[in-house]
Amino acid sequence: MVAVQEQTVSVWKNQINPKVHVAGSGPALVFLHGAYGLTWDPFLDTLSEQYTVYAPEHPGTTLGDPDGVKALDDLWDLVLYYDELFEQLGLHNPAVIGHSFGGMVASEIAACYPQRVGKLVLLNPIGLWRDDVPVKNWMILPLEEVVKAAFYDAGGPLAQQMLTVPEDEKEAQDLQIRVTWSLACTGKFIWPIPDKGLKKRIHRITAPTLIVWGTEDKLVPPAYAEEFGSRIAGSRIEMVEQAAHLPQLEQLGRVSGLVRDFIQS
Amino acid sequence: MKVSMFHLMPYRDLPDDFEQKYHSVWVDPPWTELGDAEKVGQYYNWSLDELIHAAKAGMDGICVNEHHQNAYGFMPNPNLMGSVLARATNGMDVAVVQMGSTLPTTNPPTRVAEEYGMLDTISGGRLVAGMPLGTAMDATLCAGITPIEQRERYYEAHDLILKAWTADDIFAWNGKYYQLPKVNVWPRPIQQPHPPVWIPGLGSLSTWEFAAQHNHCYCFLSYYGPKAGKSVMDGFWQFIGDRGIEPNPYRAGFLQLVAVAETDAKAEALYEKHIQYFYNKSLHIPPEYFFPPGHQDYRSLENNIRKGIFKSYFDKLDSIPNWKFKDFVDEGFVIAGSPATVRDMLTDAVTDLRVGNLMVLLHIGSMPHDLTLKNIDMFSSEVMPHIHDMWDNQWENHWWPEKLRTKRQASIAAL
Repeated sequence: MVAVQEQTVSVWKNQINPKVHVAGSGPALVFLHGAYGLTWDPFLDTLSEQYTVYAPEHPGTTLGDPDGVKALDDLWDLVLYYDELFEQLGLHNPAVIGHSFGGMVASEIAACYPQRVGKLVLLNPIGLWRDDVPVKNWMILPLEEVVKAAFYDAGGPLAQQMLTVPEDEKEAQDLQIRVTWSLACTGKFIWPIPDKGLKKRIHRITAPTLIVWGTEDKLVPPAYAEEFGSRIAGSRIEMVEQAAHLPQLEQLGRVSGLVRDFIQS
Repeated sequence: MKVSMFHLMPYRDLPDDFEQKYHSVWVDPPWTELGDAEKVGQYYNWSLDELIHAAKAGMDGICVNEHHQNAYGFMPNPNLMGSVLARATNGMDVAVVQMGSTLPTTNPPTRVAEEYGMLDTISGGRLVAGMPLGTAMDATLCAGITPIEQRERYYEAHDLILKAWTADDIFAWNGKYYQLPKVNVWPRPIQQPHPPVWIPGLGSLSTWEFAAQHNHCYCFLSYYGPKAGKSVMDGFWQFIGDRGIEPNPYRAGFLQLVAVAETDAKAEALYEKHIQYFYNKSLHIPPEYFFPPGHQDYRSLENNIRKGIFKSYFDKLDSIPNWKFKDFVDEGFVIAGSPATVRDMLTDAVTDLRVGNLMVLLHIGSMPHDLTLKNIDMFSSEVMPHIHDMWDNQWENHWWPEKLRTKRQASIAAL
């Protein structure tokens, strides 16, 4: 496990104070997390062996700053906010990796500010919609059902870890509050259907783009890989077997290898 | 004391295996499998007749509410029902209590100002203007409102409606959620400066603050009776006391299920299956529908999780499928029995909770029309007179239409 520093920065006239997790050395790489909040995981560990990983917490999801999300009205504000944050962190054209909700945000940043993003990696992103393969609304699913849909091996240790409630009562409450509020804050930008106009803007992405999808994803079906791929010129799709919504964890070796090779290429 | 009959207008014929076979009574009960439009037309007419019967029987108010995609209450626009009721009760000293138009889902909210203006004028100034935030099921799942924005929208809609009723001049509204270039509501209500406003709530601190700040009546609308409601209402009165506000019992409303028959045994025989239907089928709702993340603000979320409030609530509901009549009565969910039993329990409840505006649900679940009329008659003639004088020697009901504040004398015989 590498040493991870947690920096708190103030953005948006000091109304939003996210924590940014920073680790490693080498070229800058940004990781934008999914709806359940940021957890520093083995995938980020692996990336930090070769890159300086910046993993910001989305507005409002940082402990102690729940009202940060109130300063942003909509997705347009969120994209501008990330422009400010990148500027403040001195990130000029880093590689940007976005997972799930973070994949939608990364796509929007890359579409609105093509020069901001050096390379783009999308891990099972949301942001597009097809009536015949709807994205599941995880905000109104019991956690057990989310886990069943999000993991290839729903009985395996990774999946079970997500269902484990800490023994300590206070820790269990902290976790429940943190996860619920992360879903609330990210949900602000996607409720009730995560199709907020990316389809009109996605053609503006110029960064070389890698799209990675777990073939067993039942939250955001793999059919969306082609939807993203066909709209981003020159992008490459990698389907990862024996993985669902979190291919970077269920197939850590394969996905970190793909990502490393893509960024270096 | 002011006593109103509340009606949910439920589907009365859900199948026996409904709660085993279907996911929820609300949001996703499939109409194509369960709904029968001919029957529903009958239910609407029965429900209106039952409320008009209650008005004739001497009750102080008649009360409807708004829900969507819901087989336990389907008055998607309560003001359509309210307009029939207002017209049919002209000449009676009865309030038309709309509990009411859900503010964040009525767009633009000036529509609520207009429709309530219509009801107040049609009724000759007898409207009580309920202003609900709306449940998560209605607002976020059926109407697509973003959970974290529901309460903000509600506050803005409320301020807009009040200004639309009271401003001297035409104005522009430049809000976060609503922008209107020229607000000029026609008609404005008869009642000045505006009809009394009631705020339904489920015990959240934010709603108490909001009701107190605007001097509105706070109504705890629960189906779980005075025992379960005690901690909420104690908290409310403590909150009022701490702020030095006059503890007028009419500042509070409370909803109670009530079923009356000649004897306790007869009440059990007549009502048990309808009570079971209500709690097992009408309230068959998955917990995750109640609180999509963001529906509660951060402070309420933290408070509720740390205190385990909703956990204990949902744990309790788990045991209900096995309950008998006696359990519902012992737990106070339903106040039911002979007139004497109901009088005693209800008097204790409203005294203990310090409630001046009582709403009684006299149609429960699958109750047929005739039994509902019987319940209304027995309640009006044998229970209500015994609680009607409460509070009035000391307190005035500022939250009731002014022309109806004296004690109602009307009865069936007089009409």
